[in-house]
Amino acid sequence: MFKRISALLITGATVLAMAGCSGGSDDTANSGGGSGDKKIVMGFAQVGAESGWRTANTKSIQESAKEAGITLKFSDAQQKQENQIKAIRSYIQQKVDVIAFSPVVESGWDTVLQEAKAAKIPVVLTDRAVDSKDTSLYRTFLGSDFVEEGKKAGQWLVDQYKDSKDPVNIVQLEGTTGSAPANDRKSGFEQVISADPKFKVIASQSGNFTRAEGKQVMEAFLKSNPKIDVLWAHNDDMGLGAIEAIEGAGKVPGKDIKIITADATHDGMQALADGKINFIVECNPLMGPQLMDLAKKVVAGETVPQRVVTDETTFTQEQAKEVLPSRKY
Amino acid sequence: MTPNLTAFLRHRLFWPVAILVGLLLLNLIFTDNFFHIEIKDGHLYGSLIDIFRFGAPLMLVAMGMTLVIATSGIDLSVGSVVAISGALACLQISELGDQNSTGGVLRAVGVALVLSLILGAWNGLLVAGIGIQPIIATLILMVAGRGLAQLITGGQIITVNSTSYKLIGGGYWLTLPFGIIIVAVVLLLTALLTRRLALGLLIESVGGNAEASRLAGIGSRAVLMTVYTFCALCAGIAGLMISSNVSSADGNNAGLWIELDAILAVVIGGTSLAGGRFSLSGTMLGALIIQTLTTTIYSIGVPPQTTLLFKALVVTIVCLLQSPAFRAKVFHRRRRPTGAPPVAEEKVSVTA
Repeated sequence: MFKRISALLITGATVLAMAGCSGGSDDTANSGGGSGDKKIVMGFAQVGAESGWRTANTKSIQESAKEAGITLKFSDAQQKQENQIKAIRSYIQQKVDVIAFSPVVESGWDTVLQEAKAAKIPVVLTDRAVDSKDTSLYRTFLGSDFVEEGKKAGQWLVDQYKDSKDPVNIVQLEGTTGSAPANDRKSGFEQVISADPKFKVIASQSGNFTRAEGKQVMEAFLKSNPKIDVLWAHNDDMGLGAIEAIEGAGKVPGKDIKIITADATHDGMQALADGKINFIVECNPLMGPQLMDLAKKVVAGETVPQRVVTDETTFTQEQAKEVLPSRKY
Repeated sequence: MTPNLTAFLRHRLFWPVAILVGLLLLNLIFTDNFFHIEIKDGHLYGSLIDIFRFGAPLMLVAMGMTLVIATSGIDLSVGSVVAISGALACLQISELGDQNSTGGVLRAVGVALVLSLILGAWNGLLVAGIGIQPIIATLILMVAGRGLAQLITGGQIITVNSTSYKLIGGGYWLTLPFGIIIVAVVLLLTALLTRRLALGLLIESVGGNAEASRLAGIGSRAVLMTVYTFCALCAGIAGLMISSNVSSADGNNAGLWIELDAILAVVIGGTSLAGGRFSLSGTMLGALIIQTLTTTIYSIGVPPQTTLLFKALVVTIVCLLQSPAFRAKVFHRRRRPTGAPPVAEEKVSVTA
């Protein structure tokens, strides 16, 4: 127990110390700004550790930075935009060579990105996009195509019910309100299912990408909507929470209510293999190697495409059983 | 107005109850089957049961918070304690050979609660021993505690598969949600200790004037230590409930912002942030109002983009209705030119 207390004290001291010196000068020598053979310094502002997907993403970035010989300055924004802006500002002050970040929400980035541009620090977006009109504010965007993911989920649903004429009642668990994956997965899904009027989204609420809220929202859905055929959850964790709610209501997840989720984390794939989820659209978090490549190119002044899409696939229950033993996350 | 009706309208808990009833009426109009309760798989099932089930952790945290606020303190660290206790319990259970073994689960629960007590004692030490302002003292653990929770979970979500652990937050006993039984027991004990014994009086006295209480012979440091430790214990139990409900520990999100909800519940319940008096029953009502509001939003389908605005509106109305000064201005403008202001009477009411 003493170890834990001392760990706590150390954590506390570190946090206070960090709060004290953020914005102050950092003594690691990185004032050069990407001059040739010097070690590249990357400032990375992560969203948080809100899901298994995110931690796999963090790990991949940290590991591949080490392999690529890039010094990584990492910050965790705990899902708050203001924390992320603070982190990016401190990277600008520390004069890192390249800034990479996954925006918590889509809007409100122009000012801080202007500052980065003025300081001549290239910015790479990872995983999530910003809605800024001025695309010169960032060099490239590496990440999944969330609209495409939503479309894949919708397409599976359309194929499943192509022989049926009955109306299909769908409930949707949205991600964090305003975030790119929530907005895009929702719109991609709607684009596909809106072709056929038998598909009806009867309820849609934010479950904030977490299991606890996914469960709570699903409980309410189950009570206010007696007939639910399909659940479309914007990530595995909310789907897993909803599965508990569905089981609690005496229904069988995957049979009475078909479940589609996105991400393909380990726990999600396990549930898919167990038959509790019907279909998962993959969203690959292992983007570290691609990011480091891009960073090197950007710092060297090479041109990179404005949009780089990560390799992704989808999984059915049978496929999940096959690949589950060899999954990395 | 008859004297009886006036007394009823003036009762401390009249407005919280009225607001709760109002929210429920909203559901009666907009949601089918909201009041429908049935027996499913041998336990009660329905929206109202959900409110109690999901509200139980908040009720516990708010209960501890009430006592802390009564000493004119505040505890911002409860959310972190929630995360730490859930994370520690799940970590130990995930390492068990047989996750369903009652002994192993009990041990994990015990260790998590002991750590919560220690964290509470740490808060108490900073506030009572060193004399740091409560908001700063507990801010330390609020920030550092999240880090500690992530340290325990290794940044991952720990999933457990234990039916005995599941009971705490997601299970049922005698058809009732187990969580609400825990809340009832803790509430009963707290009410006994504070209202049947002198502890409540001591807490209020310390909250009213710590220095005067000390001079009067009250060990105010011991009282402060007790309330902060108790508050952390409540948060620890709530953390077990939250993680047990979804069979997983999420160091980053479990109990996030619950301290704000708890403070809100306390305030809605009529406990003054200045300390010196408290109402446990008011706090319980406050927590129920907050949970009913959340469930209402999901049930009647308020669009996610406007959820926060809707909540803010309701909370604003609640707070305005709770304020005697506001009510005096709006409702009694013409009828109350003379006589004592309505605030005077409220100051002396300290019964449970």
